[in-house]
Amino acid sequence: MNAVTGSLAATRAAAPMPVQRRYDAGLLGLVAALVGVALILGLAKPETYLVNAIGQLAALAILAVSLDLVWGYLGILSLGHGLFFAIGGYVCAMHLSAHAYAVTGTAPDVMQFMGWASLPFYWTGMTSAPYALVLAIALAVLVAFLFGWASFRSRVNGVYFSIISQALVYVAMLLMFRNDTGFGGNNGMTSFTLLFGFAMGAPGTVLTLTIVTILALAAVLIGCGRLVASGIGRQMLACRDDETRLRTLGYGTTALKLKIWCLSAAIAALAGILYVPQVGIINPRVLAPDLSLEIAVWVAIGGMGRLSGAVIGAVLVNALKFWLTAAMPEAWPFILSGLVLLVVLVLPNGLLDLGRLKPTWLSRGMPR
Amino acid sequence: MSALVVESLSVVFGGFRALDDLSLAIDAGEIRGVIGPNGAGKTTLLDVISGITRARSGRVTLGEAIDLTRSSEAEIARAGVRRKFQRPSVFPALSVRENLEIGCGAGCPPAERSRRIVEALTIAGLESQADRLAGLLAHGEKQWLEIAMVLASDPRVILLDEPVAGLSDEETERTVGLIRGLRRPDRAIVVVEHDMAFVEAVADRVTVLHEGRTLYEGAMAGARAAPRVIEVYLGR
Ligand SMILES: Nc1ncnc2c1ncn2[C@@H]1O[C@H](COP(=O)(O)OP(=O)(O)OP(=O)(O)O)[C@@H](O)[C@H]1O
Ligand SMILES: [Mg+2]
Repeated sequence: MNAVTGSLAATRAAAPMPVQRRYDAGLLGLVAALVGVALILGLAKPETYLVNAIGQLAALAILAVSLDLVWGYLGILSLGHGLFFAIGGYVCAMHLSAHAYAVTGTAPDVMQFMGWASLPFYWTGMTSAPYALVLAIALAVLVAFLFGWASFRSRVNGVYFSIISQALVYVAMLLMFRNDTGFGGNNGMTSFTLLFGFAMGAPGTVLTLTIVTILALAAVLIGCGRLVASGIGRQMLACRDDETRLRTLGYGTTALKLKIWCLSAAIAALAGILYVPQVGIINPRVLAPDLSLEIAVWVAIGGMGRLSGAVIGAVLVNALKFWLTAAMPEAWPFILSGLVLLVVLVLPNGLLDLGRLKPTWLSRGMPR
Repeated sequence: MSALVVESLSVVFGGFRALDDLSLAIDAGEIRGVIGPNGAGKTTLLDVISGITRARSGRVTLGEAIDLTRSSEAEIARAGVRRKFQRPSVFPALSVRENLEIGCGAGCPPAERSRRIVEALTIAGLESQADRLAGLLAHGEKQWLEIAMVLASDPRVILLDEPVAGLSDEETERTVGLIRGLRRPDRAIVVVEHDMAFVEAVADRVTVLHEGRTLYEGAMAGARAAPRVIEVYLGR
């Protein structure tokens, strides 16, 4: 009897694969690189437009990580993550408008467009940054909880969940396009002048905002990295690969999914909070279904199920997008589609596959 | 004393009766073999007991009082009913050890958990594979890992769906020893299998299912001789 296992063990031991490898060994390196970039930016103080672009990329990378957490590790593909991003963004925009109004006395666009003498009641308290921060996160988590609870409890999974999440963001977009909601309607909110009393576009403000965003990304990566390497992370992978099996081992998967889903929404909202002051505008187009789809494309291109992959995908695709939409805007949709095809056909695990492809070519027949 | 009692259970898929007024009682300390041709309802029976499939009517009672037809999969598992699936269901992205860790259940204290993992690894003969990804195991090793995962929670009812499907003769023989070693006075074990010789080797009694109903119940030798069983297995 032992001979059987012994011989099996011998044949199998030929190619040992350490478990740690899948815990994203690149993550620590990436976090170190991010801190390094933040330091260099702080010391070298490059051109403001460049600093601003880097800050935007970092905010979008946070958004990508939030999706990778639920998609790559839990198997829940949300095509509506723009909703949580927008909640963070809108609340941040409200705070910026209210803050500038309180300091300068210039009425925000929202009031001017609608000819209102004062802001609607739900703007109360928006001058306080801590209140706005807590509200943004709480609101995103609340919406995520209600939607997640209704879906997971009735076991809406897979493609059905994806489609419903996309419908949700679409409905939110239609709602925000209305002009009478008190959120700026079609025009959204823009011309923010002050951030914590500092001039919005000033080099120092931009630099600080970028550094804060990069450090926030590093913190999110560390937090999520620890989460996915923990016992909860193992349950997430188990749930992703076989939810029924996990349930029959005594785990309530609804609660697990709900918790991670809400956490993901909170991270997406944080990304929105950091993004809006950097681009200086928010409007209902962040709720467009195609933006939410694009987030999934970033993650797929970088390599889902790897936090560092999400960051790499978001940064590369968006850097390309920044450059191309300036150079030849009409080409962007085709390039994006081409990238998706490339990933689906050649690199099913995203760009992180590139590193693994090489040794396979060199030593033919070596197991991957 | 009966550990698991199935009373007039009916399961309907569309217009098709997968289980038809089926009753069955399994004693603590017993290993029960369940055999029957393809589509007889064996997997469906395990699905109902483990809460995956809802019954149209009937009851499944665990121990004295717990009605499993009203409980969720997780509640049933926490009540001590664990199951191995027909298609080996291990978590491919986790190591063997991590699979067992999950198998222990959420409430298991760490010290107890380490002890059980070591024990389960030994019983399944997977000590040297502990840190490999389960997805990379050979088919037979996956079967054993899944049995070990079931075992790690120290269950009082074990349901095994085709534990030797796809195994070599040598591996099957090893599995016989493994399953007989799971027997305990306070534990009921149900083994679904097509391999008659295997069932004969592990089971105390067999239940032969056909079209959702019991065709025969008793010793394996009797099953081989029963005219109804022969008829079904010969296809007429
Ligand atoms: N979810 C389902 N929906 C519809 N029909 C089903 C479903 N599950 C099982 N069946 C049908 O119920 C019958 C019993 O299936 P079951 O899987 O219980 O058979 P089995 O005895 O386990 O067979 P096998 O030996 O092939 O595993 C089959 O005819 C099957 O096609
Ligand atoms: Mg079956």
